[in-house]
Amino acid sequence: MAVALRILDDGAWISVNDHREVSVSELWRFVDPTFCACTLPDMVVENFIEVGVDGRTVEVRVYGQCIACGEKSTTEWLPVGRIVDGEFRDIDRESVLAPTGVTEHQE
Amino acid sequence: MPTDVENWKSEVYGNEIRDHLLEFAEQGWDSIPEDEHDEWFERFKWWGLYHQRNGQESYFMMRIGTPNGVLTPGQTEVVAEVADEYARGPADNPIFGDGYVDWTTRQSIQLHWIKLEDIPEIFDKLESVGLSTQQACGDSWRNIVGCPVAGKDKHEHVDALPVAMELNEEYKGNEDHSNLPRKWKVSVTGCREGCGQGDINDLALEPATKEIDGDEVKGFNIRVGGGLSRNEPRLARDIDVFVTPEQAPEVSGAISALFRDNGDRENRYNARIKFLMDEWGPEKFRNVLQEEYVDYELETAGEDLRSEYSYNSGYANGGHSDHVGIHEQPDGNYYVGLDVLVGRMGVDDTKELARVADEYGSGEVRVTQRQNVIITDVPEEKLDALKSEDLLEHYSPDPHPFMRGSVACTGTEFCSLSIVETKNRQVRYARWLKENVELPEGVEDFHIHLSGCTASCAQPQIADVSLRGMKTRKDGEPVEALDIGLGGGLGENPNFADWVAQRIPVDEVPGAIENLLANFEDEREGDETFREFVERTDEEALADLVEPEETSYEDPMMHNTKMTWYPYADDDSMDASPAPTDGEGNSLQADD
Ligand code: HEM
Ligand code: SF4
Ligand SMILES: [Zn+2]
Repeated sequence: MAVALRILDDGAWISVNDHREVSVSELWRFVDPTFCACTLPDMVVENFIEVGVDGRTVEVRVYGQCIACGEKSTTEWLPVGRIVDGEFRDIDRESVLAPTGVTEHQE
Repeated sequence: MPTDVENWKSEVYGNEIRDHLLEFAEQGWDSIPEDEHDEWFERFKWWGLYHQRNGQESYFMMRIGTPNGVLTPGQTEVVAEVADEYARGPADNPIFGDGYVDWTTRQSIQLHWIKLEDIPEIFDKLESVGLSTQQACGDSWRNIVGCPVAGKDKHEHVDALPVAMELNEEYKGNEDHSNLPRKWKVSVTGCREGCGQGDINDLALEPATKEIDGDEVKGFNIRVGGGLSRNEPRLARDIDVFVTPEQAPEVSGAISALFRDNGDRENRYNARIKFLMDEWGPEKFRNVLQEEYVDYELETAGEDLRSEYSYNSGYANGGHSDHVGIHEQPDGNYYVGLDVLVGRMGVDDTKELARVADEYGSGEVRVTQRQNVIITDVPEEKLDALKSEDLLEHYSPDPHPFMRGSVACTGTEFCSLSIVETKNRQVRYARWLKENVELPEGVEDFHIHLSGCTASCAQPQIADVSLRGMKTRKDGEPVEALDIGLGGGLGENPNFADWVAQRIPVDEVPGAIENLLANFEDEREGDETFREFVERTDEEALADLVEPEETSYEDPMMHNTKMTWYPYADDDSMDASPAPTDGEGNSLQADD
């Protein structure tokens, strides 16, 4: 079955199969020298920009601000969860997120 | 490619949503197909229902539109009764208890914890007194705002209330205008003070005078494309059009039709008319309007009153400013504006408000854009007795400046977009400031607006101190934080705040405001107002005036309140949420 992935309410959250799964206001860490000058950006998620799925990994691009240096920008694709048996499973977003390859399906 | 939302709208939207809504309500929460939640919740907004945030599934925020903020006699009581009976959630708010009414910055009403199953009964009750939730949210004409004392103001240029009401009649439920690319916020003002806040609306009708065939005609100039949201605040632009009160409905409809046909339906971020205005500019806008949407030759703009605007201006130029206090009406009666801290009023107090308005005034109550309420039509001889009512002790016509100046949005308590807790926090801030901070001599107006995110529902960019939700780390732990902005205000020279200090942990913000005021007092010249002081100080120097500091203020909500199902519950963890529940409030077995 195809997975329904959506960004709703002005980029406030990610809906997977009509369930709200990931919301703005989380703090994420990831390695991305193009996002800001920090070795490990520490970013407040302010708006979801794109959502897609690469294999079974649900990925998003978000607009946010690094709270360490203040830079505001849009991320590359970051993984936020996995689809297992048609259901969304969170990945641990409090540890460092690993940017993934190019996503196949885009919204 | 059109967005999902556009696809859903093209299937079912507008008035017809109501039948589906009532049908779902009849059959209960479970009857909404699992894989259609997103689309139905998007549509329900059009009928004033906003699904609350995660952890609160099956509960809705309900918005009731009160055009120009006017509740006619009898309506306030029904709002209180509906809140009493249906707006009680599974957990109490520690400041406001269980059951309350929010008076909003767009002169509307919001109730929370509404259950789907109760909606038919609520609609019956509201409609029995002429209240409605139609188009309170969604992509259509929203509640029309204006000067809350229209028709009751001794100095107004024109009484714009009949125009606002006519627009409301014409464009609520109007099939030609019910599916716009995005929300459509309209302000109609006839007073001399700018309290319609037209500058931050999609469409603004503002008082003006135009010489037509040798006669001085009173009417409105039109501005288009204002708004605060998404880090992209815009002031509405002058499109050089004057309309008489008679022409106002036709031209307003023409502009909404232009938006309907030309707004961006492929990208909701870019859909508001402010972005079309960015692209076209006012001149092209006027040309397209004239050529394709209006049959007669539009007048050019008349003479406006903008140089007199005092509302939210931060200048000491008098006027009825925030409408709090006791003011004489043209008919010799008085209106009495009461301060409602952050706009939230308990159910019992709302009932009292209805009683008091009925006993001393005409029973009418009006809502302001500063989240306050006004009792109108009070005869002079009843003023003393009114002033001694208990209600006025809590909702004062002569409040302390920190109480009077406080505006706050919904925040993490219910809102999906939020980053921080807002209403309760602003109450704690105001109380602490009142106890601990002296305002400089003669400062009676000091506006602090707190918004939980960049959507800017509390209109932070036009306050003396602008606060906006953020996150930071303190001692390595994530904590709620605020950006602090200065320099915002409307008036003759409207300006949006500059965010001079960023990511200040929430427990250091009261200290920052205390220090800012002390620095202002030190450097103040004569009796200049805070806004005048900020205007002559450069941005870098301003940043230095904000010195965040821990004080005796303690914040019990430093942690990530968005991660809770309800920040004030005894067990606030997501897993402890009773939601979703059935029509009786009993928890339904989650299906995953
Ligand atoms: C469940 C709670 C709420 C949600 C989900 C919500 C949603 C939104 C969204 C998405 C925006 C930005 C839309 C845009 O792109 O223009 C917005 C803006 C706004 N909302 Fe709300 N809102 C909520 C509560 C409120 C409340 C309580 C008020 C009034 C007190 C309010 C009044 C406004 C105002 C004045 C703006 C500013 C828009 C502008 O000037 O551009 N909203 N809201
Ligand atoms: S400003 Fe943001 S947090 Fe506050 S009510 Fe509006 S959308 Fe929600
Ligand atoms: Zn006014």
